[in-house]
Amino acid sequence: MAIEAVDHSHWSPLLGRLWLDALPQEPIVLATFVVVALGGVALVAALTYFKLWGYLWKEWFTSVDHKKIGIMYMVLGLIMFLRGFADAIMMRIQQSIAFNGNEGYLNAHHYDQIFTAHGVIMIFFVAMPFVTGLMNYIVPLQIGARDVSFPFLNNFSFWMTTAGALLVMMSLFIGEFAQTGWLAYPPLSNLAYSPWVGVDYYIWSLQIAGVGTLLSGVNLICTIVKMRAPGMTMMRMPIFTWTSLCTNILIVAAFPVLTAVMTMLSVDRYLGFNFFSNDFGGSPMMYVNLIWIWGHPEVYILILPLFGVFSEVTATFCGKRLFGYSSMVYATLVITILSYLVWLHHFFTMGSGASVNSFFGITTMVISIPTGAKLFNWLFTMYRARIRYELPMMWTVAFMLTFTIGGMTGVMLAIPPADFVLHNSLFLIAHFHNVIIGGVLFGIFAAINYWWPKAFGFKLNDFWGKVSFWLWVPGFWVAFTPLYILGFMGVTRRMRVFDDPSIQIYFVIAAFGAVMIAGGIGAMLVQFAVSIWKREELKDESGDPWQGRTLEWATSSPPPEYNFAFTPIVHDIDAWDDMKRCGVERPVTGFRPIHMPKGTGTGLILAGLSTALGFAMIWYIWWLAAVSFVGIIGYAIFHTFNYKRDYHIPVETVEATEAARTRQLAAAGV
Amino acid sequence: MGTQHAHPNPDAHGHEDHGGSHGSMREYVVGFLLSVVLTAIPFWLVMTGAIPDKQTTALVIMAFAIVQIVVHMIYFLHMNTKSENGWTVMALIFTIVIVVIALSGSLWVMYHLNHNMMPMSHDMDMRQVP
Amino acid sequence: MTATTINPAQNAVHDLSQPQLQATFYDLNEHDHPEGGSTMLGFWIYLMSDCLIFAMLFAAYGVLGGSFAAGPGPKDLFELPLVALNTAMLLFSSITYGFAMLAMEKGGKGAVQLWLLVTAVFGIAFLSIEMYEFYHLIHEGATPMRSGFLTAFFSLVGTHGLHVTFGLVWLFTLVVQVGTKGLIPANKRRLMCLSLFWHFLDVVWIGVFTFVYLMGML
Repeated sequence: MAIEAVDHSHWSPLLGRLWLDALPQEPIVLATFVVVALGGVALVAALTYFKLWGYLWKEWFTSVDHKKIGIMYMVLGLIMFLRGFADAIMMRIQQSIAFNGNEGYLNAHHYDQIFTAHGVIMIFFVAMPFVTGLMNYIVPLQIGARDVSFPFLNNFSFWMTTAGALLVMMSLFIGEFAQTGWLAYPPLSNLAYSPWVGVDYYIWSLQIAGVGTLLSGVNLICTIVKMRAPGMTMMRMPIFTWTSLCTNILIVAAFPVLTAVMTMLSVDRYLGFNFFSNDFGGSPMMYVNLIWIWGHPEVYILILPLFGVFSEVTATFCGKRLFGYSSMVYATLVITILSYLVWLHHFFTMGSGASVNSFFGITTMVISIPTGAKLFNWLFTMYRARIRYELPMMWTVAFMLTFTIGGMTGVMLAIPPADFVLHNSLFLIAHFHNVIIGGVLFGIFAAINYWWPKAFGFKLNDFWGKVSFWLWVPGFWVAFTPLYILGFMGVTRRMRVFDDPSIQIYFVIAAFGAVMIAGGIGAMLVQFAVSIWKREELKDESGDPWQGRTLEWATSSPPPEYNFAFTPIVHDIDAWDDMKRCGVERPVTGFRPIHMPKGTGTGLILAGLSTALGFAMIWYIWWLAAVSFVGIIGYAIFHTFNYKRDYHIPVETVEATEAARTRQLAAAGV
Repeated sequence: MGTQHAHPNPDAHGHEDHGGSHGSMREYVVGFLLSVVLTAIPFWLVMTGAIPDKQTTALVIMAFAIVQIVVHMIYFLHMNTKSENGWTVMALIFTIVIVVIALSGSLWVMYHLNHNMMPMSHDMDMRQVP
Repeated sequence: MTATTINPAQNAVHDLSQPQLQATFYDLNEHDHPEGGSTMLGFWIYLMSDCLIFAMLFAAYGVLGGSFAAGPGPKDLFELPLVALNTAMLLFSSITYGFAMLAMEKGGKGAVQLWLLVTAVFGIAFLSIEMYEFYHLIHEGATPMRSGFLTAFFSLVGTHGLHVTFGLVWLFTLVVQVGTKGLIPANKRRLMCLSLFWHFLDVVWIGVFTFVYLMGML
C-alpha cells in the first residue's frame, strides 16, 4: 500500500482542501505538465490567431447535428487513446526493468495511478466515445433519418462525456488519481484507505460521463424505434443498426447500476455511510457484486457495435448480402439478454461456493455460442465471395483470428476451478486485452477506414494504413502472448516489482510488442495526416467508394446537413444496394424546405457547470459546489423556457446543395 | 376555461395522440379507491398482527403490493399494449426481467458469500424477497 | 402509401419509368415529423432506467437490511401510523395529478394550474412528514452512519424523497410555463412526462412501504 509522506489534511473555506500540495511532485508528472501546458497555450494561441473560436463555437461545439457530434466523439476518443496508451507504455517499461533489486522508475504511488487511469481511460473515455461516436454518426444515416430523436440531448451527452474526461486529465496535474484499479473496490476505495482526492476524481468523472452515456442510450433507442424511413421494418434494418439498438438497450439497463453503486461509494466517503464499510454492517463484497452487474453488460456494450461493423464490412467487401441475417439478429438479442446472467464470473474466487459458481460458469460458456454463430455467418458470407482486401476487410480478418482466440481463453476462464488458478493473473489481462483489442479496437480501425470517406469526402491513405495494420496485429501478439504464458506460471496482475529474474525475458518481449503497437499508432496518425494533406488526390466524389449496401452510402460525402433531401422508402434489406439494382435515379426537382433543430450552447454550459461541481466536490470546496449545483438546475430550467428550438432550411438552399451534388456525381461519372 | 362540460364520448380525442394515453375520471377514481383498499389492508394486517404466521403475512402483503403496482400501471400510468406500438410494454417487461435477475441474483450471491466468507456471523436475517 | 405496394424485387423493374421508380424509393410528399414524437417513449425509457437505480437500492437494502451492528432495528424505529399518513399523502397527490391531466384534456389552463398546486401541497406534506421522521431518527442516534441497515434505509427512502423534490421543482416550473404559454403541445408533453414521473414515484413507494416498513415490523 502506498504510504504518502505528504500531509493532505488541511482545509480552508475558500479553496477546500486544494493547496500547493496538489501540484505535481514527481518529476515525470511535472515534465508532462510543462509539455501539456505549453502545448495547450500554443493551441489556444493558434486558434485565437486564426480567429477560429467563432467557427468552432457555431459550427461544432453548439451543433446538434449527429454527424458533427459523432466526429467530436471520435476526436475525444483519439486524444484519450493517446493518454491511455502512454500509461500502457509506461507500465510495460517499468515491468520490463524492475528485477534484481531494481525498483524501476515509477514509485508505487505513481504506478498504482497509472494502471488505474489506464483502465478507466481506455474503457470510459476511449472505447465508449469511439463506439458512441460511430453509432451517432452512422445510425441516423442508415435508417434514412435526418437526425436523432433528441438532438439537444445528443450534444449534452457529448459534453458530459468530455467533462468526465476533463476531470480525469485534471487529476494528472492537480492532486492525484485513484490507486485502486479501474473498478475501485472498497475497502481500498473507502475513505480510510484512500483519504485524498484520487477516488473522488474517479467517482465524479464517471458519474458525470455516465449521465451523458445514459441519455445517449435513451436517445438512440428512440431514434431507431421511431425514426426509421418508411418501409424499414425491424427486420430490414442494417445489422449495424440492430447491434446499436441492442447496445443502447444494454446502456439503459446497465448504467443506472453504475450510477447507483458510485453514489453508494460516494456517500460512504462523504457522509460516513456504511454500504461497504468493514465494520458497522457494511459489505465490501456487495460492491463487487453490484459493480459487475454493470461491468459485464458494459463489455458487451463495447463489442456489439463492432460486431455490427464487421457485418457491414464483410457484406460490402464480399459484394454480397450478409449470410444469415435473421440468425445474426437473434444472436445479438440472445447475447443482450445473456450478458445479464454471467456477471459472477468476474469474482468466482470471492467465495460464493460451488452451486453459485457452477451456475454462472455454465451461463458464461453458453454466451459464447451466439458469438460463435455470428462468426460462422461472417465466414459463410466470405465463402465463395470475391473478397476485396481493403483495409476495413483486413482489420475484420485480423479481428476474426484475434478475437476468436481471446474468446477461447475466456471460455477457459469460465470454468471456475481453472479460474481459481488464473484469476487476477496476467492470463486474465491477456484475455481481456485480446478480446478488447482484437474485437473493439480492430473494429474501430475497420470502421474508421470504412466510414472516413463518408464523413470527410476523401479516403484514407492506403500505404500508411497498411503499415499501421502490420505493426498493430503482430505487435499485439508479441505484446500479449508472453502475458498468457506468465499468467499460466502464476504471475499476478498489477505488480510493480518482481523477485524472479527468470521471467524478465517475457516482460521484455512484451515491451517490444508495445513498441510495435506504438509504431502502429504512430503510423495511423501519419495516415490521418498524409490523407488530410493529400485529400485532393484521395477525393471521393461518388459518395459510395466501396460499393456499399446500406443507406448512408446514398448520400454525398460528407452528407448535407439534412442527410436526405427526400426520405428514402425501403423495400428490402441492404436498401441502398436494392436501390442501385433497381436503377432508380436521385430526384433533382420538387425539393421542399427541411425542418431541422437549432444548435445551442446549453449542453456545453451545463457540462461546464458539472465539471465545476465535480471539481468542487472532489476538493471539498463547498461554496463552489453549491453555486455550480444551483447553476445547473437554474440554467436547465432557464433552457426549458426556450420553446423555439427549430428552423426550416429554405428550399433554395436545398436546391443549391442538391444541384452541386448532381454536378459532383456527373463529374465522378456515376 | 374552468367550467367542466360533459363530452359526448369521454374517450374521443379531437387531436392527434402523440402516444400518451390518458384516462377518464372514472379510471382515476377507481384506481384511487383500489389503491386505498390495497394499502389499508396490508397496514392493518401488520399493525394488528391479524395473521399469526409471519411468513404468510409477508407473502400476503407482497401480493397486495404487486397487485397495487399493477393497478397503478393500468389506472394511473395508462399502460396498454398499444402504446408506442407495444414498445412501452416491451420496455417494461425487459426492465422487470433485468430487475428480477439483478435482485434475485444479488440476494442469492450475497447470501452464499456471507455464508461462506463471514465465519463469525450467524445466518443473515434475510429479507423475505423471492 | 401506394408507393410501397410496388415491390421492385419481384416486378419487372425495368418496366417502371424513372418517375415511378422515384416515387417508389423516395418519399416525395413528406410531411414534417410531428415535433416531440419521441418524447413519451424516451421519457418512459428513462423512467425504466430510474427503476433500475431503485432496484439497486432495494438490493442493497435486501442485503444490508439485517445488519444492525448492535444498533436499533426497524421494530425500534418505525412508526407505522406516520408511514400510513405519508402513504396517504402520496396517494392523494397521485389522484390530484390525475385531475390535472383531465383538466389538461379539457383545455382548462387555470384548472391545470390549480390541480398541480394541490398536488404540490400533498407532495410537500409527504416530504415534511418524511423529514420529520428522519429528524426524529437522527435525534435518537439512528443515523445512517450507525449501521448498514440504517445506511440502506436512509439511502433508499432518501433517494425517493429526492426524486419527489425534483418532481416538485419541475411541477412549479410547469405551473409557470402553463401560465405563460398556455396548454401548447410542448407543455402538454411536459405535463404528460411529469405525470409518468409522479405516478412512477408512487409505484416505487408501494415497494418502499411494503418491503421496508411493513416487512420490517413483522
